[in-house]
Amino acid sequence: MLASFDTHLFWQALSSGPYWRGALTALELTAVALSTALIIGFFVALGVLSQRRWVRGFAWSYNWLFRATPTLLQLYFVWDVLPTLWHGFAGSWFTPFMAAWIALSLNEAAYLSEIIRSGLMSVDPGQELAGRALGMSHRSILRRVIMPQAIRIAIPPIGNEFITLLKLTSLASIISLHELLTASTQLTAAKFEYTEPLLAALVYYLVIVSVLMAIQARLERKFTWTSNRRGRRVAPPAMPAVSHDAR
Amino acid sequence: MSLLRATDVSKSYGDLEVLHGVTFDIESGQVKAIIGPSGSGKSTLLRCLALLEEPDRGAVTLGDAPPGPGEVGMVFQRFNLFQNMSALDNVMCGLVEVRRLEKSEARQQARAFLDRVGLADKGAQFPDELSGGQQQRVAIARALVMRPKAMLFDEPTSALDIELVREVLDVIESLAREGMTMVVVTHEMRFAQHVASSVLMMDEGRIVEEAPPDQFFSAPKEERTQRFLSLVE
Ligand SMILES: Nc1ncnc2c1ncn2[C@@H]1O[C@H](COP(=O)(O)OP(=O)(O)O)[C@@H](O)[C@H]1O
Ligand SMILES: [Mg+2]
Repeated sequence: MLASFDTHLFWQALSSGPYWRGALTALELTAVALSTALIIGFFVALGVLSQRRWVRGFAWSYNWLFRATPTLLQLYFVWDVLPTLWHGFAGSWFTPFMAAWIALSLNEAAYLSEIIRSGLMSVDPGQELAGRALGMSHRSILRRVIMPQAIRIAIPPIGNEFITLLKLTSLASIISLHELLTASTQLTAAKFEYTEPLLAALVYYLVIVSVLMAIQARLERKFTWTSNRRGRRVAPPAMPAVSHDAR
Repeated sequence: MSLLRATDVSKSYGDLEVLHGVTFDIESGQVKAIIGPSGSGKSTLLRCLALLEEPDRGAVTLGDAPPGPGEVGMVFQRFNLFQNMSALDNVMCGLVEVRRLEKSEARQQARAFLDRVGLADKGAQFPDELSGGQQQRVAIARALVMRPKAMLFDEPTSALDIELVREVLDVIESLAREGMTMVVVTHEMRFAQHVASSVLMMDEGRIVEEAPPDQFFSAPKEERTQRFLSLVE
């Protein structure tokens, strides 16, 4: 063990209320932002693939706007600027959590739409043709045939996005959201120690990501179409990674 | 009285005119085989007949109206089974999504049609777990379960290993015996000769020649048909 390592402080940090609540907040924010972003991203992806020019233009502009600007700036914008533009955002419901939810969902949707779009496009066009030959409606083909297959392809990159988003929630500390990083910096300031408080935060992130990876593996198995569930592991088709440096 | 009819159908992709005013019709209970070189528009004609493609000019009618959903069945060269569904679910899918049957009723009918193509015991298998021949038979059951008035086959055995061709042709032949109206694009000349009521030759987006199989193969009139037959035999 390190000479100066204070095991007691480490355990204290790990089991303290602010850490628990901070981790829970980070996890909640990630979950709701990712879910919202999946819905928005799905429609943006359909927009990018649309036959109509103006719909394509709108979807493209959306992605451009949210990918070309820093996430941090978007957070500040939602938190500080929105309430001055619309009084609806000045109410007490507009907490740091709400602001972070809105900003991160909008931001993440731009990245997810690309993942969903390549997922949809990588499904063999023969699948749609077969559905149309049966007389299935466009909606029905999308829901029963194309989406399940696109999801299979998109699960691994969406898992990556979850991790990215989890880490991005720490940005929300700047709009005074009490998440994990806030908990550790406050403890650092109180104890004049860095190692133990930061190490404890690190452990929380590692645990959350490990649980997520287990869930992802289960989902991948669920979307592997074989009559023998325990059977072979089918590698999903390769898919170009979406880079998320410097968000 | 023709059952399925394409009247003066033209179709272009960009600058390329793939069908030049093709008129085609088939009577109830007939089997027509279409042969011709690759790129001559055979698949495009079939897709127009199945309403998978909208003709630029001309019309497709079944009886005296355009075909309704599922009324013209289509079987593809590469099977195109839904990858995310078991064989049984593939066959059920149209009944549930298009015909709006109850699941239990749909399942029962789907089982009967899987049995009909000799795959009663494969309902739980997924497409990846079936041989090409089995996949194509599931695809045939999936189309048949919709009770189509006519069936279209686009090179149904071209993607199959040679030893699997027979099991698929057997199913198609038994349909012919039951009086199913069918259009079959094929390179299986023996099959065309024995099963078809007439054989058509397509080239460069036109029907070049049509004749009963005996006449078509023993005494083709058109020079292009003669050349094509000498190449494939
Ligand atoms: N969706 C499409 N887009 C562009 N060109 C196509 C398309 N489908 C077919 N073609 C072209 O139309 C021609 C006829 O194709 P096809 O009907 O598939 O011929 P065949 O089935 O007789 O081989 C070919 O030159 C092919 O490249
Ligand atoms: Mg073809």
